[in-house]
Amino acid sequence: MLSVLLARLQQKHRTIKYPKGSPPELPDRFRGRPSIDAAKCVTGCRACADACPTGAVTVADVVRIDMGKCLFCADCQAACPQSAITFTTDHQLAARCRSDLIVEPNRQGPPHEAALDGDLMKIFGRSLKLRQVSAGGCNACEADINVLGTVGWDLGRFGIQFVASPRHADGLLITGPVTQNMRLGLEKTLRSVAEPKIVIVSGACAISGGPYIDHAQSNNGSGKYMPVNLFIPGCPPHPLTILDGLLRLLGRI
Amino acid sequence: MVTLVNGQAVELEAIALLAPDAFQTIVADAVEAGHRVAALFGAATRQPEITQIFAVLVNAQRNRLHVVRTEVAGDRFPSLTPRCPQVHLFERELAEQFGLKPDGHPWFKPVRYHHSWTHRDAWDRPKDSPILPGVCDFYRVEGEEVHEVAVGPVHAGVIEPGHFRFQCHGEQVFHLEIALGYQHRGVEEALIGGPNARSIHYAETLAGDTTVAHTIAYCRVLEALSRCQKPARAQALRGVALELERIANHVGDLGALANDIGFLPTASYCGRIRGDFLNMTALLCGSRFGRGMVRPGGVGFDVDDARVAKLLRLIDAAEKDTSVAVNLLWETPSAMARFENIGRLPMRVALELGIVGPAARASGLPIDARSDQPSGSYRFAHIPVSTYETGDVFGRAYVRWLEIQHSITFIREQLRAIPSGSARDRIGPLMPDRLAVSIDEGWRGEVCHVAITDDQGRFSRYKIVDPSFRNWTGLAYALRNQQISDFPLCNKSFNLSYCGHDL
Repeated sequence: MLSVLLARLQQKHRTIKYPKGSPPELPDRFRGRPSIDAAKCVTGCRACADACPTGAVTVADVVRIDMGKCLFCADCQAACPQSAITFTTDHQLAARCRSDLIVEPNRQGPPHEAALDGDLMKIFGRSLKLRQVSAGGCNACEADINVLGTVGWDLGRFGIQFVASPRHADGLLITGPVTQNMRLGLEKTLRSVAEPKIVIVSGACAISGGPYIDHAQSNNGSGKYMPVNLFIPGCPPHPLTILDGLLRLLGRI
Repeated sequence: MVTLVNGQAVELEAIALLAPDAFQTIVADAVEAGHRVAALFGAATRQPEITQIFAVLVNAQRNRLHVVRTEVAGDRFPSLTPRCPQVHLFERELAEQFGLKPDGHPWFKPVRYHHSWTHRDAWDRPKDSPILPGVCDFYRVEGEEVHEVAVGPVHAGVIEPGHFRFQCHGEQVFHLEIALGYQHRGVEEALIGGPNARSIHYAETLAGDTTVAHTIAYCRVLEALSRCQKPARAQALRGVALELERIANHVGDLGALANDIGFLPTASYCGRIRGDFLNMTALLCGSRFGRGMVRPGGVGFDVDDARVAKLLRLIDAAEKDTSVAVNLLWETPSAMARFENIGRLPMRVALELGIVGPAARASGLPIDARSDQPSGSYRFAHIPVSTYETGDVFGRAYVRWLEIQHSITFIREQLRAIPSGSARDRIGPLMPDRLAVSIDEGWRGEVCHVAITDDQGRFSRYKIVDPSFRNWTGLAYALRNQQISDFPLCNKSFNLSYCGHDL
């Protein structure tokens, strides 16, 4: 017993202060929201788009990066001869609307007013129980969702909790590209959640298929099967990005 | 039989084409002589009715790999499984991908539930009907007080999907059968024709928590096929990233094991400390899972003195936290009582099933690719092989703790004496008509990648073996005659990957 108490003293109190205090420090090499400087682009150059493994970077009138498809590998940044693309350490990536995930040269990230609308906010704002479904997720997304339950992040203090049954849940948090073999499982789980319900998709796979875009064995994410209330980009999203998205959804930030 | 070392490419022509029975005799004899089958897989040929079968054998005593191949004409081949049980799942996979029927296979079922790559189907299912996962025969036990518990695919936690069926007599489990395939994303099929911009991202997401090990295996295949010399500095950094991945996962597992027996101090501390190690990987490359760290020809991110110094400081702090948190477990008799003699996997069975990684070492098998088939910096800095003899949950937990300590020592050594020079070399085009094998020791065990190139130097076949592929059967065995309530604990002591298995 004494050793348990001594260990408690040694380990200290480590729960992060965010959102009341500052967020935990992110490493300098962290790849968050990309930024595009169109002034540096050379006409006819497609180096960034050609380097992109998932087609997230497109070059039409301007360069656009779809964070919903982006693996944050920065292959586009490395390929650009003019250094027009840089990945900033901005972790605030989540958005209510799919089109808000598109980064353009003169657009400053997703809008920050991402809170649920009237009735939903009244119902879920102070207590949100989520059922997580991994529909082909490689376990990196799942692992960094699990992290939110550790003492360092303590998601429970915001009234958000992951529950064992869809019958106990207010909504789903989906990861993975929705494999053919998980499609039925996902649909049945969604049907088992009582109305009104919300759907959150986390990670490039769940938004667009990620590295598995257009594979016959996957379905390019959840979007076409259900309305989505929150998109959290990343491969996988950093726990801080997920927490930030969830708190914005509930109007806490 | 052609002999090669880990990370070497050979000409396809050098691999003699054996008759099917000679192939079987060589593989079975080698296994009886103490070798292990690292991979057994099919490959298409120019003639649709002919399928080649390759086997990669590991000779741990001599640091060598042996490759043999044969050809199957038509849609049947004699099963090797009755003589050599460790290939049972390889043969099922081969049958599912190429529509071949292994005659005499004792429990012949699909593995991932998908249509075959050929027009044949080994189970004679109609061509156009969808294949539903988990729809197959399961063992059944009948009698008084006998009942069946079915779980999944969606489990209770934040975890990947799979379907488990327990045949129980009261609390006692007679048999557990595991049906996977829900995560199947078609990776091996998509790699054919590569490498291309997406190939390395498949390697990085094969199993999210094993990003570094799979990416190293993938990159070493490319380096072997293009005769690229990886700089020593890159080797050291790869070793550091691989051991950080091991420590983070092992620490997380020890916390999760403590959580499953309700011992909350270790559970809460280890949950957080795991994050400290993930953050060290992020300090190296920006990603907690090592995305972007390993690249063909070396590493994607170099280090400077300040970063090394910061890493060493962080490791010192995390080592102390880990040691305090984990030692609480060993010092608490009530916690130990829940670990000891639970979920035993005897050495004889582990050997027969071809179990790898900490699960094998906890059953007393001293196999570890870092010392058996060393590559990169492991050729110069040896990590002791941590074994235990009990083969139970305690053994698997304790082996993890031993490995955490050895890995920390290794990382310190590597960082303090990091070779100078560049951290990445250019990589050229791949040689045509070659086969390359790359093996490394991921935190769950042996990760094996085999690539075969066509006459243009493109992948005509890419085989991936995640340690989970071998070890799920070990978990099923360990559950025999246990209480069903001990399943979470046994499951966590193996902590296998669904995605790594399903590919």
